[in-house]
Amino acid sequence: MSAPTLPIENPDAPVETPSGYAIEFDNVSIAFDEKVVLDGISFRLPHGETKALFGVAGSGKSTLLKLAMGLMPPDSGRIFLLGEEVTRMSEQELFELRRRVGIVFQESALFDSLKVYENVAFRLMEEGISQEEVERRVQEALRFVELERTYNMFPSELSGGMRRRVAIARAIITQPEVLLYDSPTGGLDPVTSNTIVELIVKQRDVYKTSALMVTHRLQDAFTMATHYFDKTSNKMIPLPKGQRCEVPMSFLILKDGKVIFDGDARQLAASRDDYIREYIS
Amino acid sequence: MALELELISPIQVAKDVTLAVQEYTLLAWQSLANFFRPPLYMGDMLQQADLIGFGSLPIVILTGLSVGALLALNAASTLQRFGGITLIGQLVSLGMVTELGPLITGLMVAGRNASGMASELGSMIVTEQIDAMRALGTDPTKKLVTPRVGATAFMLFFLTIIADLLGLCGGWAVAHLIFGLDSRQYWTSVWQILVFRDVFTGLIKPVLFGFIIATVGCYYGMSTRGGTQGVGRSTTQAVVAASVLILIVDFFVTKLIFAIFGYR
Repeated sequence: MSAPTLPIENPDAPVETPSGYAIEFDNVSIAFDEKVVLDGISFRLPHGETKALFGVAGSGKSTLLKLAMGLMPPDSGRIFLLGEEVTRMSEQELFELRRRVGIVFQESALFDSLKVYENVAFRLMEEGISQEEVERRVQEALRFVELERTYNMFPSELSGGMRRRVAIARAIITQPEVLLYDSPTGGLDPVTSNTIVELIVKQRDVYKTSALMVTHRLQDAFTMATHYFDKTSNKMIPLPKGQRCEVPMSFLILKDGKVIFDGDARQLAASRDDYIREYIS
Repeated sequence: MALELELISPIQVAKDVTLAVQEYTLLAWQSLANFFRPPLYMGDMLQQADLIGFGSLPIVILTGLSVGALLALNAASTLQRFGGITLIGQLVSLGMVTELGPLITGLMVAGRNASGMASELGSMIVTEQIDAMRALGTDPTKKLVTPRVGATAFMLFFLTIIADLLGLCGGWAVAHLIFGLDSRQYWTSVWQILVFRDVFTGLIKPVLFGFIIATVGCYYGMSTRGGTQGVGRSTTQAVVAASVLILIVDFFVTKLIFAIFGYR
């Protein structure tokens, strides 16, 4: 799949808004204590695509996800989420919009005083859905992440990987149109990481959910770019030769608060930029 | 390594204080406005009422009894010199119902619950649970702050009544068992001295104190920064701020009620 046009290549070009994109950043900047973290960031996430977001620690990747959700306001620029300009919306209006989006936080951010069932069902219970329907959908979401047996457990009784999978179940239970993952495989063993990558690929290929994924693990993103989820065998399998990178997957690299790369796996592999070469080597 | 002390500009301090007051006022206002904006989390409010109300009952019983008994004991030594020991009931009654009952209960609940709220919400902030709640489309002030405000104001009202009653019982124990005052005489003087203004003062204060405890506890919790150390700082600050604010508000409410109803 072709990558979106790079707005950074022509920063003066007019940006079409409101867009038909799942997420759109238009010249967004933010600084903390006079330290510029994001400096004029622009990119677009087309519907149905998963974009992996890279950058060194402290490069503003998690901040970017929070900005996309409207959890913090930028100092300047415009952000569109599902066609709505989040930078112009009140917190009350944002609550409505956020119900159409799911997020998996870096440390899972599960409610530690609630059981796994209550965590996963949180959004459904807020919407006043019947108990039977809630139970059915929670079971379904937990089955998706293969954690049905944790139904009555507290988050503190789960391992890091299990918590991350419960957080994924909580994020996907309402089948959101956009998913934001903040280092979903960070600090996990390769087997658990692979399970989570498979879940993200399943979400991308089966439910066609748009996603923005912050990660430090390039190999995870390359796995996602070279594999697809096969519904028949219910597992992630490699794309046949010649069709590699033919999945809706792109890469975005941040450096010193700016986007230095926005494109697909082929473009990334072909990049001549020294920093990118070093990054992917 | 030499310790460097950084001087903070008084203008910056003034700005920080003004910002804190503004944020607190906004949170306090939102917590009240949420009572008129659905959904109203009744389940959470009942859970908080149980935690705050029934959880604080032992400490309120003990302090109520002790303060009433101490008030009687201290008053008796003075009254005895003037042959006015029969007035002990009036003194304990007025002291407990108008002032000490609400104040001591408020301070006890502040120590127990403002800290609890600050640490609970502070922990939720540092572990991104509040952000997760916002991301799930739920307003944390509605879900977490308003139930605590409602439950604290409601339960403190009843806890104060219990503390008042037990204070009077403590006073009776001292007056009757130590100073040999007739029980009927004690309870009659307790009852007769009270007028509408005294009861009104004693019952309006806990509602205000409950509001202060919950809003201050939640404000410090929600504004926690800096990990677990920040949670500890918020907890301490919440108790100090709530206690000081209770004492200040107590003075002004008493003064206002005197201005409205006149002195005895």
